[in-house]
Amino acid sequence: MRDAILEIEHLRFAWPGSSELCLDIAEFRVSKGETVFLHGPSGCGKSTYLALIAGVLLPQHGRVVLDGRNWADLRTAQRDRYRVDHVGYIFQQFNLLPYLSVRDNVMAPCRFSPPRRQSAVLQAGSESAAAQQWLTAMGLQSNLWDRPARNLSVGQQQRVAAARALIGNPALVIADEPTSALDENRRNAFLDLLLSACRAANSALVFVSHDRRIAERFERCIALPDINRVDTHDEATA
Amino acid sequence: MMRFLWTLAWRSAWNRRFTLALTVASIALSTFMLLGTERIRTDIRDSFTSAVSGTDLIVGARTGSVQLLLYAVFHVGAATNNIRWSTVQALEQQRGVDWIIPLSLGDSHRGFPVLGTTPAYFTHFRHGERQPLHLAQGHAMADLFDTVLGAEVANRLGYRLGERIVLSHGSGELDGGELAQSQHADKPFVVSGILAPTGTPVDRTVHISLQAMEALHADWFAGVPLPGRQIDAATVRQRDLTPRAVTAVLVGLKSRSSVFSAQRSINQFEAEPLMAILPGVALDELWDVIGSGEKALLLMSALVALVSMAGLVSVVMAGLNERRRELAVLRAVGASPYDVVILLTIEGALVTASGVLLGIVGLTAAGLALGPWLQSHFGLVLDLAHPTELQYILLIALLMTGWLASLVPGWRAYRLSLSDGLSPRI
Repeated sequence: MRDAILEIEHLRFAWPGSSELCLDIAEFRVSKGETVFLHGPSGCGKSTYLALIAGVLLPQHGRVVLDGRNWADLRTAQRDRYRVDHVGYIFQQFNLLPYLSVRDNVMAPCRFSPPRRQSAVLQAGSESAAAQQWLTAMGLQSNLWDRPARNLSVGQQQRVAAARALIGNPALVIADEPTSALDENRRNAFLDLLLSACRAANSALVFVSHDRRIAERFERCIALPDINRVDTHDEATA
Repeated sequence: MMRFLWTLAWRSAWNRRFTLALTVASIALSTFMLLGTERIRTDIRDSFTSAVSGTDLIVGARTGSVQLLLYAVFHVGAATNNIRWSTVQALEQQRGVDWIIPLSLGDSHRGFPVLGTTPAYFTHFRHGERQPLHLAQGHAMADLFDTVLGAEVANRLGYRLGERIVLSHGSGELDGGELAQSQHADKPFVVSGILAPTGTPVDRTVHISLQAMEALHADWFAGVPLPGRQIDAATVRQRDLTPRAVTAVLVGLKSRSSVFSAQRSINQFEAEPLMAILPGVALDELWDVIGSGEKALLLMSALVALVSMAGLVSVVMAGLNERRRELAVLRAVGASPYDVVILLTIEGALVTASGVLLGIVGLTAAGLALGPWLQSHFGLVLDLAHPTELQYILLIALLMTGWLASLVPGWRAYRLSLSDGLSPRI
């Protein structure tokens, strides 16, 4: 068994001010370089779960350990640093700073994270070269690199976001329904590129979607309602 | 990383330049107003206190000191009592007195006060930083019916040397053809000289000799012409035109140190009740009275500045909701909430600084463009090159308020990015 990059044990989380539990997860583990597909109906707590994994939220009980550190042991500012050092994040859409160029968007994590900058420089020679490498890996032509991000199509923007998540080879890439705004062809092309890029970066991938048709392309497939001991079915239909 | 934050702030602000331009403009306007008000306030005060200098005492009949100052220096209002000519002569002989300038008021010309005086006026009167009067054109009164005009009088009425003008009795409210009996139409004056501008009440004054003042009123009694006893201009020259009384006297002493003893002895003058005042003290007293208006003006513009700062806050706050996504993206690429706060404060500082700068540039440009007009219409000389202490304080206050105002949205952004985490609920 490969080393774990993410370990969750006895996690319990309720939103502040709410008496009802939102998530109650006995165990969840992601190995280094593993690709995990996490699905579930809307409202089952997927985004909350990702926020807990990324250390944006802290659970009331249990441990969320990323690359050997428990998020709860870090102070707010330290968590921010630790997150950018270890996690690349892709949103559903609107991932980019519209006024920066494509290349500057991709290099942004290197500005905030010295380890990722070092890693990018080590790999490609310079931040800019690393950005170009990942942009090429995501199938973006060089004529797009210096354009403002707002001029790109939604599909192109998602690929730029993926390149940004991967620059500096973070240990974990979290993708929160990144394909929901794409049609089927673009979705498949995006997945192909993302999965091979994660393999190349040796980054683990936690990919969240409600679209189970793509599940088979991942090493592991998990339904959040199956591991969550809180029944969120009522919320889901509400 | 700080450099990257500056770049981000700049690029992000440029991305929203049209909204921000409005904020910059409103800050520029309030800077303009606040600094402009303070400038005008200071310069009015300066031109006010420069109305008379080098005069040690102003002497008049017993009245309030502010009132005496008002009519002797600003030629506003009327004296309740005159000083007899014999008293004026006695004053001149008094120990320690260097020179005297008798002043006789009461007539006017088209709204401008007429001042009867002696040649001593042109040699001893000082204004501003002890500057003497200069004749821009012509010469002082030589003939009985010569007149020397202040710069503004000549300018406003378009008078040139040699022009014949008619004076009116009293303040001139009854001026006009149908009330010709209140005019001294029988004794016209010739403009012999025009004074250079001083920015003081002198500019608004028509100067004639004391003898001319006496001649004008030789056939008048108690404010009306004596019926059937007109004396024409040629005949009046034959009469004894020694003035019977004057309104006030400006006194210059040989030594400033004797000013209080001189004041005391004039106040105790036996032949008639007199009062001597120190011009500086009376000016301060008067300024205390009329100065509250300009304080209100300053307060008003401070309020305007406050409102535009509130505008800055509300613009940035309103923009914040649109920017929640942007801030979340920044958080996702590793910006901490502190970085977000720094980003917003940089933006606030940039916006405030450029607004203030624009206001200063605008004020200077307006000052240069409107300076001549202000001087000719209001006698106001704007001294834009030398900012006052209060102007510096106001500037710093503006910058600080703008910067503090940007902390409010910064704090809100901090709260938002903490609660939104990486996925804003929008």
